[in-house]
Amino acid sequence: MSSADSVRPAVEASRPATTDTFSAFGWALRRDLTLALRRKSATLNLVSFFVLSCMMFPLAIGPQQAWLQRVGPGVVWVAALLALLLALPRLFEHDHQDGSLEQMLASGRSLPALVAGKLLAAWLVSALPLVVVTPLLAMSLYLDGSSTLLLMVSLLLGTPSLLAIGSIGAALTLGLRGAATLITLICLPLFVPVLIFGAGAVEMQAAGLSPLAHLALLAAVMLLALASAPFVAALGLRTSLE
Amino acid sequence: MNFYRYASPQTFYPLAGRMLPWFAMAAVLLAVVGLAIGFVVAPTDFQQGEVYRIIFIHVPSAWMAMLVYLVMAGYAVLTLALRARLPAMMTLALAPTGALMAAIALWTGALWGKPTWGTYWAWDARMTSTLILLFLYLGYLALVSAIEDTQRADRAGAVLVLVGVINVPIIYFSVQWWNTLHQGASVSPTGGSSMATVMLQGMLVMTLAAWCYCIACALHRVRSIILEREGHSHWVRRLVAQPAGSPLLEEAENRI
Repeated sequence: MSSADSVRPAVEASRPATTDTFSAFGWALRRDLTLALRRKSATLNLVSFFVLSCMMFPLAIGPQQAWLQRVGPGVVWVAALLALLLALPRLFEHDHQDGSLEQMLASGRSLPALVAGKLLAAWLVSALPLVVVTPLLAMSLYLDGSSTLLLMVSLLLGTPSLLAIGSIGAALTLGLRGAATLITLICLPLFVPVLIFGAGAVEMQAAGLSPLAHLALLAAVMLLALASAPFVAALGLRTSLE
Repeated sequence: MNFYRYASPQTFYPLAGRMLPWFAMAAVLLAVVGLAIGFVVAPTDFQQGEVYRIIFIHVPSAWMAMLVYLVMAGYAVLTLALRARLPAMMTLALAPTGALMAAIALWTGALWGKPTWGTYWAWDARMTSTLILLFLYLGYLALVSAIEDTQRADRAGAVLVLVGVINVPIIYFSVQWWNTLHQGASVSPTGGSSMATVMLQGMLVMTLAAWCYCIACALHRVRSIILEREGHSHWVRRLVAQPAGSPLLEEAENRI
């Protein structure tokens, strides 16, 4: 056994594993947030895409209030889903290109924790802004106050699942040619339940029924996705970088 | 007999070659018998007329579309757990057949739907989830074919299949729920009548035919994949060095 091997376990043992995991999570979160704050245009572009793609629907189907009220929640949901699909390739791509992703893998820190930190950062800079501008879009689609509120809640509960599931697709397609298209092809079928429960919640309320069942299922999917996706995405990253 | 012996591509290749004709023949025979029962022996349905006969192809293919994905998931587990090559090759060999089965199920469903429901496509829960299943197959194939490094392709594909198989029940449940909210139980693919025994027999035989067909296709495809991937090895070089059709080729296969 070399001297390096005998030294490392001692250093590792001096720090409890849970603290290590949390510090890896916090480090990845801080780092990605800092990077995002220095490249604000990415977030801005995403929000613009979200708003523009929502705007296309009234232009395509006509400005009748009743129609727009009817399709509004679904339109906002699909637009948010597409916007997040656009954000997914960036999740690991920059880190892959400048080599920092391999450094993270080699660091010996918990890779799922790093992925989870990156996911939270991505949600804060990509998904949360979409939820923030949602009232504006809801107003332009003639949705009333309670529908708007419910739409925001469903987006808050649903977007983490989309990013978590999407991170698996992003990890598996890392560095491939046409990765963005591949991510779309891989992830869209897996997004179906989130879309159904999310847009369905608002529709239930519009029909005079309780949206709680939809929201509970949305939260259940979110918990399942958040609990498992970082591990699967980490496995995917190892597969892609081996 | 030690089955683990056949876990290596080199030993599995001739075994697959020996099994292939049997499954292919069984598929043809069963299909002939099944179609004969379905089109000649089985009576005309008093509600749907002759149109119902499409279920002899539709139902087996829909079953196989789901089953093949489950089998792929089984091989995906083996791929990830054992880091073995052959299970990954089997996963890849099964995928086009599974996609074909899903496509046939959708196609025949549409042909059945037009005269029966008056529309080729309805957002029925089963049809919608079969369509999503088809896209899961296509996504897997797209991912695997986009990755040049075979080891990475195998493992990435396995991860995707496993994520998909966890999602299939959730997708099915969500689509079914969504469907019942949007339209009442106006259409139901079961047709509402209990099936005559002879119809059930025909469908059973056709299902066995579909099984044999899928196995034969997968075996044939996995042989091609083995040759393609193991092309650098001695035994493949020796095998392909033989002129086609020569008795030496078979002998070489048997010797391996």
